[in-house]
Amino acid sequence: MTNLLDAANIRGVYYTPTGEEVVGVDNVSIQMAEGEVLGLAGESGSGKSTLGSIISLTARPPLIVEHGSLAVDGKVQDLSDMASIPRVWRGAVVSMLPQGAMNSVSPTMRIRDLVFDVMRAHDGKIKKDEALDRARDRLVTLGLPTRALDAYPHQLSGGMKQRVVTIISTLLNPRLLIADEPTSALDVSSQKALIEMLLEMLEKEIMSGVIFVTHDLPVLRTVATRIAVMYQGKVVESGPTNTIVDDPEHPYTRALLSSVLTPEPKYAKIRIEGMRAFDRESFKAPEVKH
Amino acid sequence: MKSVSFTPRFYVAAVMLAIVLLIAIIGPLVVQTDPNATVGGLYDRPAGWGPLLLGTDNEGQSVIANLVYGTRTSLIVGLLAGTIATIIGLFVGIVAGFRGGLVDNLLSSLTNIFLVIPVIIVVILLSVALDNRSIFTLAFVMGITSWPWLARAVRAQTTSVRTREHIDVAMMSGANLPSILLRDVLPYLLSYVVMAFVLQVSGAILLESTLSMLGLGPTNAVSLGIMLYWAIAWGSVRTGAWWAFVPPTVMLTIISFSLLLLQSSLDELFNPRLRRGKIRRKKGADPRFELPAAEGPSPQLTAAGVVEGPAPIQDTPKEGGR
Amino acid sequence: MDALFTASNLTKTFGSGKDAVTAVNDVSFALQQGQITTIVGESGSGKSTIARMVLGLLPITSGKLTFDGKDVTNPTGAARKAYWADVQAVFQDPFSAFNQFFTVKTLLYRSLRLLHESVGQDRLEEALGHVGMDLSVLDRYPHQLSGGQRQRVMIARALMLRPKLMIADEATSMLDASLRVNILNVLTDLRDELDMTVLFITHDIGQACYLADQVLVMEHGIMVEQGTVDDVIFNPQHEYTRKLVADVPKLHQEIELHIGDHEAAARDLA
Repeated sequence: MTNLLDAANIRGVYYTPTGEEVVGVDNVSIQMAEGEVLGLAGESGSGKSTLGSIISLTARPPLIVEHGSLAVDGKVQDLSDMASIPRVWRGAVVSMLPQGAMNSVSPTMRIRDLVFDVMRAHDGKIKKDEALDRARDRLVTLGLPTRALDAYPHQLSGGMKQRVVTIISTLLNPRLLIADEPTSALDVSSQKALIEMLLEMLEKEIMSGVIFVTHDLPVLRTVATRIAVMYQGKVVESGPTNTIVDDPEHPYTRALLSSVLTPEPKYAKIRIEGMRAFDRESFKAPEVKH
Repeated sequence: MKSVSFTPRFYVAAVMLAIVLLIAIIGPLVVQTDPNATVGGLYDRPAGWGPLLLGTDNEGQSVIANLVYGTRTSLIVGLLAGTIATIIGLFVGIVAGFRGGLVDNLLSSLTNIFLVIPVIIVVILLSVALDNRSIFTLAFVMGITSWPWLARAVRAQTTSVRTREHIDVAMMSGANLPSILLRDVLPYLLSYVVMAFVLQVSGAILLESTLSMLGLGPTNAVSLGIMLYWAIAWGSVRTGAWWAFVPPTVMLTIISFSLLLLQSSLDELFNPRLRRGKIRRKKGADPRFELPAAEGPSPQLTAAGVVEGPAPIQDTPKEGGR
Repeated sequence: MDALFTASNLTKTFGSGKDAVTAVNDVSFALQQGQITTIVGESGSGKSTIARMVLGLLPITSGKLTFDGKDVTNPTGAARKAYWADVQAVFQDPFSAFNQFFTVKTLLYRSLRLLHESVGQDRLEEALGHVGMDLSVLDRYPHQLSGGQRQRVMIARALMLRPKLMIADEATSMLDASLRVNILNVLTDLRDELDMTVLFITHDIGQACYLADQVLVMEHGIMVEQGTVDDVIFNPQHEYTRKLVADVPKLHQEIELHIGDHEAAARDLA
């Protein structure tokens, strides 16, 4: 059976104006099956956001994709030649929900105007009513109030804004949604609501897969089916969520997990040394695939 | 601390200014003629390399001599007025912005009052009160009426810097108010203040010329504006004696243009986001890689292609997993 | 034993009339000497407002604050300076809390003015030692340090003055998970080695669980629960606390997700 996503040998490099090259993603290959949520975990600087932007076809200079291929449902595209990728892919096949998207919505536009703009960019002939109907249906399907369409961004709470923005980025029913730190700025209850909504969207096949980029491992444990841990541009370990969380093999994964603090009994009484207790050299161990 | 790269624009401006300064400073030594001495008849044409290089004006005085002394005067007045205005504006703006409350209200009211005072009225009143308008009096008057816009801008920026946590840290470290204003607020405003100062100087030079052309200029010195005043009053435009009005005009243009160019190049210097850069690839520059002019890693919910954003620049492995 | 710091009926209202917003509503609590107390709350709960009032950086609307038995409500001028000899803070943003034009040396030396000449240099070295740093960091500018290092320098700055009370306002929120543990350990060490009283403000109940002796939970300006970690986190009484603890994603257990719940609710209404 063809995978939903087959990304192979991706190498992304940042070229700074002074001529330096900084490798963001170093020869990474990942695969996803239908209906999966793949968590991309790592600290800042690991390359997870870069990889997310490359796969969602939103990578722009100074980030250059030197080589790599992206296959969705078996259809292959060459990532090193961005111009050759059909424009329609961006949004209808893969869609990106960038970090901080909810704060980047124009404050002078009502949500419904944004919806119309987005739909029209994809299909110039669409009428406003059609676009709004579609959005309204989607909101109802996912249990959000339709009055959100008439609101200005500042009138919505953080959690509501993020859910609305997530819906807008999937109005075209993309095969794959890449979400970069969608829950990081949210309260606990809003986080939960967003996670529930994403899983519901998968159930209803609004999209068929989600790549969830975050540094927050407990969140991935809640939402992801598989996790890929990144360190310095490479994937160091990947596998089913339970395996990664309960039985990690790679030293870096273990180190990352050792820094997690949640309100569970084991963290109340002990002292954790965190990453300090690990030898940095051991992080260069080869990739572990489960 | 920061890697400083000067743009071509900066160098052009700097060179132009250097030339002007050279003319103003050593010009009078090179042109050994007294600007008030009569060297020829009325509007004599330019001839030869001596005092008649640019001909004579309506009093038979050497235009070139007047030009270099006039440039010097205009620059002095401009610099003096600009400095006075900048100092006052900075002081008022910082104190108003930082203290807030009653102090802010008082200073802002003061700023607004001065904002509506027209310089020309003050200078006219001054010319009635005093027989002699020296360049220093003029500079002073210009300085104390041009500071309001700077004060407002500085006040706005100060209120923003005020909310930063390093101010709290400074207070809790036992620093007193002058120390905080000088070391914690001012450095953050400096890039703006430098640019504003350049604008003040440029504005003051042009203001002086305007006042001079209206006959309100300094009474005991020659400036570029005064040259223009006499050139117009004696009909040199009508009679075609271009050497009387073209040189001061050109000089004024060069001065204000170079100052404005300097100001805009400084803006690029201080604000990294405006910098244009070509990313150099191993094999040579490729137009594909030119950075867009105003660049920042902000994601956008845009119409084109649904939700898209440039690759976040902060995600570089140079810092690695610390 | 008497509490080192108490707040009684603390209230803060912003604005007036119809637009008035009560950020902190009749909150009372006590900080015990030598203990770490955390205030846990989500955005809008008023926790940072409380921190600023405790620090004397924000005037209170009503209520009373006492420190070491003395009234410290709305301190000004010399009284505030004296207060700051005993109470210091570490703030959330390790970058904006630094004057970017200062080296670490300039930052720390400023505080030396408040100390007697003979002890100043020693205190500086000692403070840096407590956070695991040495004198080599003095010549660095903030942009040459990582976020974790900056926060540690900030803690050292606060420590130099040997405060009795240290307030950490979301001091770990902008750091990577791996660095958070270090900072929390530093605070724990301060309590153990120097008998320091710490007030730690956070939205992360996991960090509160790890760090705290006492936990105070805030919701929309109201303090809904107070107690030890065992009481508040593992046996919460208040509805809000229960929900908060239950909904936080965990590593070693599943949280209850209700996918598509709204449909059942809609059906019930129909």
